Amino acid sequence: MALGTQASPAHSPGWARGLGALLALLGGLLVLLGTGVGSTGLENLWPLLWGGQGDAAERAMALQIVWDIRLPRTLGAWAAGALLGLAGAVAQGLFRNPLADPYLLGSASGASLGVATVLALMGGGAGMVGGASAAMAVSVYSSHWLVRLGLTGAAFAGAVLAVLLTLALARGVQHTLRLLLAGVVVGVVLGACTSLILLVSPDSLQAMQAFLLGSTGFVGWTSCLLMLAVWLPCLAAAWGLSRVLDALALGESTAHSLGLRLAPLRAALVAVLALATGTAVAQTGLIAFVGLAAPHLVRAAVQVTHGRLMLLASLMGGALLAGADLLARGLLAPQELPVGVLTAVLGGGYLLWLMHRKTATRGLL
Amino acid sequence: MALAAGRWTSIVGPNGAGKSTLLRVLAGLLPAASGQVLLHGRDLHAWPRRERAQHLAWLGQNEAAADDLTVYDVAMLGRLPHQGWMQPPTAADHAAVEQALRSTQAWDWRARPLGQLSGGERQRVLLARLLAVQAQVLLMDEPLANLDPPHQADWLQLVRDLVARGCTVVSVLHELSMALQADDVAVVAQGRLRHHGAAQDAATHRALEQVFDERIAIHSVAGQWLALPRLHAPAC
Repeated sequence: MALGTQASPAHSPGWARGLGALLALLGGLLVLLGTGVGSTGLENLWPLLWGGQGDAAERAMALQIVWDIRLPRTLGAWAAGALLGLAGAVAQGLFRNPLADPYLLGSASGASLGVATVLALMGGGAGMVGGASAAMAVSVYSSHWLVRLGLTGAAFAGAVLAVLLTLALARGVQHTLRLLLAGVVVGVVLGACTSLILLVSPDSLQAMQAFLLGSTGFVGWTSCLLMLAVWLPCLAAAWGLSRVLDALALGESTAHSLGLRLAPLRAALVAVLALATGTAVAQTGLIAFVGLAAPHLVRAAVQVTHGRLMLLASLMGGALLAGADLLARGLLAPQELPVGVLTAVLGGGYLLWLMHRKTATRGLL
Repeated sequence: MALAAGRWTSIVGPNGAGKSTLLRVLAGLLPAASGQVLLHGRDLHAWPRRERAQHLAWLGQNEAAADDLTVYDVAMLGRLPHQGWMQPPTAADHAAVEQALRSTQAWDWRARPLGQLSGGERQRVLLARLLAVQAQVLLMDEPLANLDPPHQADWLQLVRDLVARGCTVVSVLHELSMALQADDVAVVAQGRLRHHGAAQDAATHRALEQVFDERIAIHSVAGQWLALPRLHAPAC
């Protein structure tokens, strides 16, 4: 008896679905690399790069646009989305709450506080860059390596310290509800501290806004590779711990009765959640709803255990953020929208639809 | 309190008597306030976790529902104590899950998500998860919750089969007539064990009537013991 085929709701063969996904991925990548403004669109870049047209300087510039700017940005957006999608799947499994998101343990507010502190110390102008928006004179995504190192380092350190503070307040990871409440408290308190710093240092407000809105505009190869390097071990660890999440779905007592040593396993899951979220936030700012929506979109399409959910939610998160990045670049061209605004609007709409659907089918959310 | 191997013991008592707490202590999920729990003569907490989980299976009251998991996936969780870290399920695991799902008549829905099942159907799947462990000692807290009378009868037959195979079953039941079908009855009230004896014994029946403030009377009907309510408390 073939259990796998009977349990699978899909009808098309696996290789066909895989090939379809690969073709869609390549097509999407081509569109993302080609999306630009005016003379930098694909229709102008293609003859330069592959048609042998134009002079050497034009070809070098075209190559630089694709290789140094668009490719790392595209892959970086995908990697950040993949980290957030993975973190969302871990958070929802760990907290057994379908509305849990990666920022629940206070990492977002910790990262914000870290960035706000550095901006205030730098006098509010951490690099004067035109950046994603021409109207945005000051951006946290400065191209200066020292500024970038300081800001991303502060964001990552803030995120990790906030998670540690949450763990300390919750007195470990033994009690999920206590962990959840401690995360909320840390989020509120650190958010208040950030507001206080911005009140004292109003020059930081505009730069801080760029961080809060999220952007993939200045993701370079270093950031991109860093996120991919973190994503792979996080995915492997989450997949290895996925049976724990399956068992936790039946309740902590049941998981305990099945011989699982919950405290260290839960600590490992929290570490994966913190590392994935902290890395993404440090590189792209606060991008909302990707971590919340990605696991739901996967579950809406297929019935999966947490093992497959980890991989699929991660891939879905990457696709969502890469798609949102494409819209951010193309919707109001030549102006560019902060990608976090788009994910918030689209994700918020999705959440409302989810609430409506659940209310319709179950009577309440 | 000694629970003999190869027997079915029901734990009964009024609401809030400590029945579920006692079962959780027996399962090692709660520490005993005093004394210790021995499994096969060895302190329960001295057992390696996985080994203990292979010998002792527990089904909780109102066990959380993993709505997104399929029936088959839920039953397969019962095989966790037998599986190595990141080891895929073996043929023996699949066989145990199939046997468990068939014995609770849940095999036909194996590909359906748990969230799509009714309360009674879900309870049968959770029962299959317990059986898939293939433990020698099975602890069940209100296993008849949401089950209709035919499936209650199926459960009764299942427990008798398990006991006949040498398994030890301990169940918390609020349905006294069903509890009196057990081999032994442990009567609990106000956090203390008041009586532990054979279900057929008059002393057990007397203890039951006492802890329920004489509001029930136990009668023999067609060879079975039934607990019926007394509409008025005796005057005294």
